[in-house]
Amino acid sequence: MFYRECGVYKDTYAGDMAIFPIPLDRYGFTVMLILAFVAIPLWASDYFISNIMIPFYCFSLSVIGLNILAGYAGQISIGHAAFMAVGAYSALILYGRFGIPLLPSILGGGIVSGFVGIVFGLPSLRIKGFYLAIATLASQFIIQWVIVHWQWFSGGVFGTVETPDMHIFGWLLDTPVEKYYLALGWLILLTVCAKNLVRGQLGRNWQAIRDVDYAAEIIGINLYRDKLIAFAVATFYAGIAGALITFCYYGAANIEEFHVMVSFALIGMIIIGGMGTILGSFLGAGFFVLLPLFINRFMGIFMEVVPSEIRSNIESIIFGGLIVFFLIVEPYGMARLWHTIKDKLRLWPFPY
Amino acid sequence: MIFFFEVFITGLMVGIMYSLVALGFALIFKASDVFNMAQGAMSLFAGLALVGFLYQYMHLPLWLSLLCTMGVMTIWAYVIVYVILRPLVARPPLMLFMATFGVMYLMEGIGQSIYGTQAKGLNLGIPDQSFEVAGILMSSFDLTFAGVAAVLVIGLVIFFQKTRTGRALRAVSDDHEAALSVGIPLLKAWVVTWVIAGIVAVVAGVAWGTRLGVQFSLGYIAFKALPVLIIGGIDSIPGAIIAGLMVGAGENLAEVFIGPYVGGGIQTFFPYLIALLVLYFKPYGLFGKEIIERV
Amino acid sequence: MAFSLLTLDTCIYQSTINHKKEGMKMGRKSLAGVLSLVLMVILLVITGQVLAAEESPKQYIPMLSYWSGPFAAGGSGLAGGQEDFMQLMNMEGGINGIMYEWEECETGYNVARGIECYERVKTHDPKPCVVHPYATGICYALLPKGIDDEIPIVFEGYGRADAADGRYFKWAFNFPTHYWSQNTAKIKFIAMKQGWDGKNTAEIGKFLKGVKIANLYIDLPYGQETKPILDDLSKTYGFIVRHFPVSWPGIDQKAQWMDIARRYKPDWVINRNWGVSCTVPLKEAARMGFPADKILGVWWCGSEEDVLPAGPAAKGYYATNFHGVGKDFPLIQRIVDKVYGAMKGNISFTRVGTVFYNRGVMYGIHMHEALLTAQKKFGVKVITPEEMRWALEHLDITKERIKEIGAEGLIQPVRTTCEDHEGGGNVFVQQWDGEKWVATGYVIEPMKEYVRNMVEESAAKYAGEKGLEKRDCSDWKPFKQ
Repeated sequence: MFYRECGVYKDTYAGDMAIFPIPLDRYGFTVMLILAFVAIPLWASDYFISNIMIPFYCFSLSVIGLNILAGYAGQISIGHAAFMAVGAYSALILYGRFGIPLLPSILGGGIVSGFVGIVFGLPSLRIKGFYLAIATLASQFIIQWVIVHWQWFSGGVFGTVETPDMHIFGWLLDTPVEKYYLALGWLILLTVCAKNLVRGQLGRNWQAIRDVDYAAEIIGINLYRDKLIAFAVATFYAGIAGALITFCYYGAANIEEFHVMVSFALIGMIIIGGMGTILGSFLGAGFFVLLPLFINRFMGIFMEVVPSEIRSNIESIIFGGLIVFFLIVEPYGMARLWHTIKDKLRLWPFPY
Repeated sequence: MIFFFEVFITGLMVGIMYSLVALGFALIFKASDVFNMAQGAMSLFAGLALVGFLYQYMHLPLWLSLLCTMGVMTIWAYVIVYVILRPLVARPPLMLFMATFGVMYLMEGIGQSIYGTQAKGLNLGIPDQSFEVAGILMSSFDLTFAGVAAVLVIGLVIFFQKTRTGRALRAVSDDHEAALSVGIPLLKAWVVTWVIAGIVAVVAGVAWGTRLGVQFSLGYIAFKALPVLIIGGIDSIPGAIIAGLMVGAGENLAEVFIGPYVGGGIQTFFPYLIALLVLYFKPYGLFGKEIIERV
Repeated sequence: MAFSLLTLDTCIYQSTINHKKEGMKMGRKSLAGVLSLVLMVILLVITGQVLAAEESPKQYIPMLSYWSGPFAAGGSGLAGGQEDFMQLMNMEGGINGIMYEWEECETGYNVARGIECYERVKTHDPKPCVVHPYATGICYALLPKGIDDEIPIVFEGYGRADAADGRYFKWAFNFPTHYWSQNTAKIKFIAMKQGWDGKNTAEIGKFLKGVKIANLYIDLPYGQETKPILDDLSKTYGFIVRHFPVSWPGIDQKAQWMDIARRYKPDWVINRNWGVSCTVPLKEAARMGFPADKILGVWWCGSEEDVLPAGPAAKGYYATNFHGVGKDFPLIQRIVDKVYGAMKGNISFTRVGTVFYNRGVMYGIHMHEALLTAQKKFGVKVITPEEMRWALEHLDITKERIKEIGAEGLIQPVRTTCEDHEGGGNVFVQQWDGEKWVATGYVIEPMKEYVRNMVEESAAKYAGEKGLEKRDCSDWKPFKQ
């Protein structure tokens, strides 16, 4: 009754093509923005902002990139974390070593990552499916090796490059709230870009490639170009996400933080969240960021009773169990679940 | 020169150990079109269970322990197929892949909860001497497992080509729904596949567990086996062996002869480079089933 | 009007068609969907809360342990040992009546989790007086945070070696010894094995000249750390060193060992690995016929968990350490009797007395002594981080005190000053006899001057980059107990 698109008239093309045609959606989104920009910084604890929201934003960004690549364009890539590392180190070098201001440095990190992504996306022109998935593991290991061995890039014997103090136009960013706004700003900007990308010609090309790629080729889509653009965009997002999480959360770029299990976790995020949806990226990232914390907290209550070894492995068990559970209940991810709810709400209170 | 051959032969032996693991992957893909991410975890669980039966919780004789371990893997096969795969029958392969991902976490967690996280030594009395043949160092351990792998592969190839169950499994991998409509009991076929993969996992678990000790890191052998898998073809059993030989020899030769010039440590990604090269010419691996797309 | 009704009709009709396809599933799915939303909200709410504080005054110690993951074998020993010690102290009266209270936070050896754990525990009331990162990566990440939050970070035997320079690293402590000291001690040990008498350092070059050493290390920053030092020392003392990186996870080292044993044929191999990559060399060496007693492992490669899986191949293997091994110490016996007697042990009993366990106990002992010192100065109460920092900088554990607490042979004397946060630094060498670790009796002093120079140089460089101030240590005085 309240949530309907009947009776909502659009009289411009722009209105017709809007992302949120239903007014209630628009209000809901505005509320979320207010929550993100105003409510959380004002009322949430520093711990919450720093350790829950910032990683959530950064991983969402990375997962949006991966979703574009795997969900929209159908090229599964299990090397995504390595591109985050490339972005992180590049941004650090640009900012710390060359003195380029912070915002262009982060952008630069993404661009470098994008170029590297194009190189590692070349196999996709010839290989498909699971073969491609495993071939992208090559990118993970090769990039890892390069970073560990290329001292100029990864900075000295300690291998961990700490981030220098962050300044934007002379303003020093040292409180969690300021870092939070930095991450949030990039996230909103890039999400809007991504949403429009996938709604446009490129997005449709990608979905065509994903569905039946030789048919796409026949109707005139340039497979090579579009696949490589998908890789470039995805790794650009990953690079920026990597740079942001290094600057705003870790405080130091450490290659061991972007190892292969993180890549697997990213794939997990898009599957749980919903492949081929932007909303799914957020849901999946939220799931993965929050769940271990929740389990850790929850298990702390049982510290006396349950031996430590079982307690720590419970996390693995619950994790695996939940992945399987979600896949059985809703194989298309939480985003599909959400859309199903929305569909039901559209008709409410009518039963059908 | 002798050293070159030594590294080459040693590499071949190591390659067979990789192909043991890749075999498990190939089996499951061949018979149920599922890319089983949990294969490494299955080897780990098999190793843990074996140690549990042998030393940790009971002291059973070797043959009984092996049987019990295979029994445990059979139980897992039933659980995985009936609880996890059945609801996902006609779904895209990526979903099943993700389900096995969940199974991987589950197995590692359950295995380590029951058996503890300490590294355990595994000693089954397999002779582990080194001896020289024409100046080249060989290890009886590696040769033993080369023999075991050969027997396994021959057995599996015969199974898939000549027996009825094997043919049924191949039909199932081709198209689940078509196989169902022809009357092949899908879930039973899957259980058979997973049990066989479980047995292969036990063999791989024994091989690698004896070398490294049974511990969490055993799961990482999957990363070594993946390039072997795609070079040989995801669903090809002889491919797994041949690719294993290639990868083993290739990576060891590269590490010893090229490594020092580039700073070393190239062993992890070199097989992937070989894979990319092979895949460029044969996008479905050397012996993989080519998917012919009809327009 | 009619038009809008028509639109409404069409709307409902369209929705009906869609709905009929989804049919019954929507009910089940919506329920699942609502449940997951509720779950997410609960998650958000709970994880945002801070744990409630306890009523009675207790000394709060966070444990950033790792009981899962690839290094769980090591992490469990460290955490178990420290917790058992704290349990024993609680049973014996605490810190002059103040009891220990600890909380575990599982990090899985993962830096992000470590940071999250630290951020969570630092908000605890009372504040944690000290934080042990237990992992090099986490240590690096927490060092700047410790400075900002004014909580001392203690990392014994790992982490940043140049934190030994207390003038720059006010809030970081790495007694009793660190990697760079260990490295020089390793070279001294090899020299001793080659015939040096251990006394006159000027003569080392005579015994090391021409000796071939293979440095087998895991290809991560941790492993690479000692390369420059070895290269430098090889120039000074005339030995030949070649580096053999093992790529992560190091489960297959055939290529490296073929190169080492069949081509390079060194006199000694240094095993600088961690986790499973420590065990593999022992088996490979045996297979190649390389004697185990010519392999010297670092102290993170010298535990039961590393050698047991290698079986008989590991017999004779040497490893460095900075504390004693085994159960044969009065303190450990007290833990066995009292803590395990009352079934309050934190780890399986078979692990008591193992290398990592004893290391954890040692961490506990050092912490306890620091707390006692702090209480002598500031009074018997819950110690704050600033007071703990003071105590850590005025630590003086003498031989008599060690004997008093029943740890003779288990730990070595430690004495920190304002400049020297390493305070002690001797390295022991132990050997595996096939069943247990046996102390060889070698107690090696590292090349203190050489190491100190390197430490100061590196610390100054780091301080320059980060803008840390150099403290004036001239008003430091040893604390009279």
